[in-house]
Amino acid sequence: MTGVKYTGIPSKEELENCPGVPDAERLEKGRVACVECVQEIPCNPCESICRFGAITVGEQITSLPVLHGEKCTGCGLCVANCPGLAITILDLNYSETRATVDFPFEYLPLPEEGDEVEAVGRDGAVICPGTIVKVTKISAYAGTAVIRMAIPKEHVMTVRSMKRPKRS
Amino acid sequence: MKIKETDIAIVGAGAAGLTAAIEARRAGAQVLVLDENRLPGGQLFKQIHKFFGSHEHRAGTRGFQIGRDLLKEVEQSGAEVWLNTVVYGMEPDTSLGVIHEDQNTVIKAKKVIVATGAKENYMAFPGSTLPGVMGAGAAQTMINVNRVLPGERIVMVGSGNVGLIVSYQLMQAGAEVLAIVEGAPFIGGYGVHAGKIRRAGVPILVSHTVTRAIGTEQVEAVEIAEVDSKFRPIPGTEQVLEADTVCLAVGLNPMTELLWLTGCKFTFIPAFGGHVPMHDAHMETTVPGLYVAGDVTGVEEASSAMEEGRLAGISAAESLGLIPREEAKERRGEVIRRLNVLRSGAFGEGRRRSKEQQLKAMEAFQAEGDRT
Repeated sequence: MTGVKYTGIPSKEELENCPGVPDAERLEKGRVACVECVQEIPCNPCESICRFGAITVGEQITSLPVLHGEKCTGCGLCVANCPGLAITILDLNYSETRATVDFPFEYLPLPEEGDEVEAVGRDGAVICPGTIVKVTKISAYAGTAVIRMAIPKEHVMTVRSMKRPKRS
Repeated sequence: MKIKETDIAIVGAGAAGLTAAIEARRAGAQVLVLDENRLPGGQLFKQIHKFFGSHEHRAGTRGFQIGRDLLKEVEQSGAEVWLNTVVYGMEPDTSLGVIHEDQNTVIKAKKVIVATGAKENYMAFPGSTLPGVMGAGAAQTMINVNRVLPGERIVMVGSGNVGLIVSYQLMQAGAEVLAIVEGAPFIGGYGVHAGKIRRAGVPILVSHTVTRAIGTEQVEAVEIAEVDSKFRPIPGTEQVLEADTVCLAVGLNPMTELLWLTGCKFTFIPAFGGHVPMHDAHMETTVPGLYVAGDVTGVEEASSAMEEGRLAGISAAESLGLIPREEAKERRGEVIRRLNVLRSGAFGEGRRRSKEQQLKAMEAFQAEGDRT
């Protein structure tokens, strides 16, 4: 059985039908939120936190968040404010060959800028090497760090986190 | 024996008890909150994750922060809080027997709100009495309150939100989670909680159970197996995981012992964790003057518990004549609107139906009373 209910990972179909995932055209334009929220749960901080109205849930707060790609600036406030840690910021224009993924991270130790890490997919399997570009941990993020990691462009729709370093 | 009188006594200083105290005190009632623990806050201080819901439910705020804010509000409200206080009994007239500062005391309150919460279910299997087998809630208390890691290598039994969240928090605390096993053919909790677990590389094995814990002095390994549609282990599918800890997240049941002592009527709702007290829309039970709120009325979650506490606090104060009827009704309407939001969607709908069933049981009971 595939799908989030059976594996904890949204299936290809679930992601294709997910109104929070940006389309290819918007991805090409650079930094944009990717809201991988595929289950109807009562939750809408992504909508409240976005000052550009780029994510809407609506009156019925169990509705899936809808991304309005044209309004999204990729600021990333939603990444740390999603209680489900289901949002990343994708930037396909980081360089000629590389993209970046900004993902929420709540483990210690935090990586440092310049660290070479292992980039993992939704199932935790290592996909490719990643380079930590930026680590943001501000009070508005309430304890959630946001990590920006550069990866080869072709993995931008599969890489969603990094392998947790072993504690020493 | 010492006797203490008050307007409203609240048993339990958790999510529901604290909001009930705030509402009742705001209305001008004299309020006494009792809790057997050293610290108030109930389960809130164990909840280090960000809550769901909307802005008005404090979504995006971590549970312990909500707990701190509630405590501050209670302190400012002037409600009296007795900690380290065991409520050992309740009479049908709702007077409470308590041990406070080593003294046996009877509390006579005009209204009593019971907000005692819930306790974890246990699951028996060979080896389940070995040290190293514990409730997920116990493990959560150890890591988040006492800062002690219960084990290094964990097998979690149960994939409801408790199993998923505690697994995540055990990893944050430095443990390794080898697997989450789930007897049902699907994951019980939110997909986004499961997603965090999967990104950390932890398998969630649905249609699996723990068949035995292996060890002499403590857990040294855990055997799991696949189960068929009737939850029977399928021979030949066993595998042994080198775990030192088994955490059980196999549901909760309401802590109703005190309520049973009063003779209040119960109804049986499995989705709420078993026998739950009948109550009306004011949270009043079949015993006049006895109110309930939070998980003791049926296991839900912290945000709903806080709202139910408000309902009980408002209603108890209203019945003392401290809030005009119209105002109380309006304020309850507001709370119920927020509750209905929490009780919606694929996961909340069942709880909304269970609550309806509970209220209907009360109506039926009252109708019968009117006839006789």
